[in-house]
Amino acid sequence: MHELPITESILNIVLKHAQLHNASRVVTVHLQVGALTDLKDEWLNRYFDYLSKDTKAKGAKLKIERMPLIAQCDSCQNSYEADLKQIGNLICPLCGADRGTALSGKDYFVKSMEVE
Amino acid sequence: MDTIKLIEVKEDILSDNNQVAQAVRQRLRKTDTMLLNLMSSPGSGKTSLILRTIEELKNAIKIGVIEADIDSIVDAEKVAARGIPAVQLRTGGFCHLDAQMVTQGLDALFSKNLDLIIIENVGNLVCPAEFDTGAHKNVMILSVPEGDDKPLKYPLMFSICDVLLVNKMDYLALSDFDLAVLRKRVVSLNPDIAIFAVSCKTGEGMDAWGDWLKKVLADFKQSDNK
Repeated sequence: MHELPITESILNIVLKHAQLHNASRVVTVHLQVGALTDLKDEWLNRYFDYLSKDTKAKGAKLKIERMPLIAQCDSCQNSYEADLKQIGNLICPLCGADRGTALSGKDYFVKSMEVE
Repeated sequence: MDTIKLIEVKEDILSDNNQVAQAVRQRLRKTDTMLLNLMSSPGSGKTSLILRTIEELKNAIKIGVIEADIDSIVDAEKVAARGIPAVQLRTGGFCHLDAQMVTQGLDALFSKNLDLIIIENVGNLVCPAEFDTGAHKNVMILSVPEGDDKPLKYPLMFSICDVLLVNKMDYLALSDFDLAVLRKRVVSLNPDIAIFAVSCKTGEGMDAWGDWLKKVLADFKQSDNK
């Protein structure tokens, strides 16, 4: 349900940058969202279509790039991409140690946008 | 037709809320009031934990409570019955509190000269994790009947909290909940988290939790970041 306020924030950021660049229409918005966050693409798209209908961003496509969960090995400090299912059973692909710490996966960015 | 151009934005989607949250923290610094955000699923014992904590600490610490609920005031009534200043925010269907709503709650408690304000967030392990409320410390409860697999399902919540309280330890013997497995899953997401096994019913672990709270409050009041 928190997709609604998130979508409002996205739209505000998009319209601000459209204004700054004198754009007449927003075509595509590229988002980066970390694997640990629980954002549903379907709701995000639906809310965005609804909220943007009287703005320059009407009809813009949201492209959501999921950023991977990166873990670091507690023993050899190697960083590696991990699956969410591995939490609690992280195994370093380099040294095989079973203790690791999640480094990233909380990203929440409007990365870029294509405008006319 | 106009040509399409690419604009680099690189802006945090939650930056507006994060700024309000920062303002909340600065405002509370001035009155030396620590804000603690308590989160969990519905029914895991947030209100019971608050009432127990009040019992444990009310002679040493002046506590206030901000209750958030979708549409009821039962929790605030329970707290106020103990003589503790409480304000109820009705989120009107919203699944979480944001920093702006917390600001309204603080306005209502402003004159009370409190050491500690506890926010009882909306019962939900998903949405409240995404929104910084302006709290200095984030605390979550996981109760034994919910199962030790919850860090796999709601990793963000476990990764942002300073403390995990494992509540309803009195149920442990009846369940297949494995505290060691839970601990390993949580620590791999959040190595700095403090974990306390408690029971609001029997009082188990409440002294360790109370000691932690008194210590961080003393550290908070001593730090000169004002």
